[in-house]
Amino acid sequence: MDKRMILHEKKKTSLSDKIFIVLNTVFMILFVVITLYPVLNTLVLAFNNGTDSLRGGLYLWPRKWTLKNFNTVLHKNNLLIGAYITVLRTVFGTLTALAANALLAYIVSRKRFLFKKELSLFWVITMYVNGGMIPTFLLYKGLGLTNSFMVYIIPGMIGAFYMLVIRTYMGGIPDSLEESAQLDGAGEMTIFIRIISPLCKPVYATVALFIAVGHWNSWFDAMLYNRMSTSLTTLQYELMKLLSSVMNQSTSIQAMKDSATAVTPTSVRAAATILTMLPIVSLYPFLQRYFVAGLTIGGVKE
Amino acid sequence: MSIAVSGKVKTKMPTDLKGKEKNRKITWKEVKKQKVLLFLSSLFVLYGIIFCYLPLVGWLMAFQNYKPKEGFFHSQFIGLSKFVQLFSDDLFIRVIRNTLAMGAINLVATFLTAIIFAILLNEIKSKKGKKVVQTISYLPHFLSWIIVTGILHDALSGTGIVNDLLVRFHLLKEPINFFAYPKYFWGIVAFANVWKETGWNAIIYLSAITGIDPSLYEAAAIDGAGRWGRIKHITLPGIKPTIIILLLMNIGNVLNAGFEVQYLLGNGLVKSVSQTIDIYVLKWGISQGDYSLGTAAGIFKSMVSIILIVVANQMAKRAGEERLF
Repeated sequence: MDKRMILHEKKKTSLSDKIFIVLNTVFMILFVVITLYPVLNTLVLAFNNGTDSLRGGLYLWPRKWTLKNFNTVLHKNNLLIGAYITVLRTVFGTLTALAANALLAYIVSRKRFLFKKELSLFWVITMYVNGGMIPTFLLYKGLGLTNSFMVYIIPGMIGAFYMLVIRTYMGGIPDSLEESAQLDGAGEMTIFIRIISPLCKPVYATVALFIAVGHWNSWFDAMLYNRMSTSLTTLQYELMKLLSSVMNQSTSIQAMKDSATAVTPTSVRAAATILTMLPIVSLYPFLQRYFVAGLTIGGVKE
Repeated sequence: MSIAVSGKVKTKMPTDLKGKEKNRKITWKEVKKQKVLLFLSSLFVLYGIIFCYLPLVGWLMAFQNYKPKEGFFHSQFIGLSKFVQLFSDDLFIRVIRNTLAMGAINLVATFLTAIIFAILLNEIKSKKGKKVVQTISYLPHFLSWIIVTGILHDALSGTGIVNDLLVRFHLLKEPINFFAYPKYFWGIVAFANVWKETGWNAIIYLSAITGIDPSLYEAAAIDGAGRWGRIKHITLPGIKPTIIILLLMNIGNVLNAGFEVQYLLGNGLVKSVSQTIDIYVLKWGISQGDYSLGTAAGIFKSMVSIILIVVANQMAKRAGEERLF
């Protein structure tokens, strides 16, 4: 009797298990479809004739193939300038911010440094309290940072969170390395550059990637501080202008007027979106482990 | 939620006063020895004072009738009248409501979906399948809000997939413009957040689940616990501290989550529900040039954020859970 009950129970759970597994798999497939489909649809719009797209009914494959949308994007001066500035700020911004955060992290990770706790606290506070949009805006204006490339580089150079992530990682490096270098007469900068930094490559990679993605994706600083300088626009800000031109176009009639060119604001925006996404999406599979590593490093207890 | 992790870093921050007094003696010898570090850190402090602390002095503007011509030092002080003006403005009251409502909806929605997704993904047996789904799941986190709102706009447009499916399954007679109706806006914003962040937010829960002792599951299986029982009695309690600390971190951020999506997706037809405090500050402070009013609104936002963090922290303390500070 007992045995039968157990057997019965086992059978029951395994059946419900099977149902669960099937449902769970369906759920995961649905999740992947919902995540990827909108991106795929934008890709289809980007390769489809703009006027034709207005008819709707486009799903997985373009109906009227064209490269005109991309061609239009690549001939738009503002987008090209935006791309140039974005690449420039991503490269310089990432390098300077990484160097600054790493050096600061090095200082506060020195066990014997007199003010390491005060200096840490000084920066941790900035994570929670800030002056807000208007005082910041006026400050940058006063410092002559508005309408200048430097507004992308200087104000965001230190991020307390990135500094803490690097500091946590440096905390895990044995003191003996540093001590023996010190006995050999190495100065602080030598220890930082020659001894500590080579060991911190993984955490540097992670932090650099986060900073780089932040630069690549930012648009608000371009809009707020450099609105007047068309030569300092960024890719995302130009994309945002395209988006609002699409959203404000109340009817498709307006777009129909452009039908002679076979491109519409929607189709051009789709092409620009794809081009903007391209660097992130194509590098993503190779770099994603570093992104995840950042989360886990940050969580490591000292 | 990428900053969520800082919660764990931060828990170590409280300075151990007793220990500090013991180890530290500021002597000439030490100062001389650390002159490089001291010099470099003074540069960082200078930078921090200028870019992080100086804007706080700008809060004084909220108590002034700030005029750019007269500048910061010559503008007239007017006490709290800008705050009075702020709270007698119906628009500002509505803006507070919008910010809190969308913040709360987004918080709940992204929390639940991330936890559910992490638990369900953990139940997938195939390691490869798990890896593929997870990798795809956090891709949207790295796309900008501009791109995400653009994609969403395509999907929800008159010729987009959502209208198409709804019409095809006879749930709608004809396509509608979702962005024209205030009743849909909060839902769209919540969906956008869920779409972008579920996979990313789930990472931390997945790693917390990985940290649960496998022998607990074995013991539960022997005791006859089914799948649901194991999730309820082992997985959920196992990730409870993580859930609480992330919840704490994010309650303080509720008001910060109200800018980009709302700014990008909002339009004239839905502005009664789409405008948030940050948009209000941008509109009245920067565009209209009323710096004092904008600063006052910004201060109000900061104060509410700090109160929310402290209250959440106290609640966790009372419940005997992990806290931030």
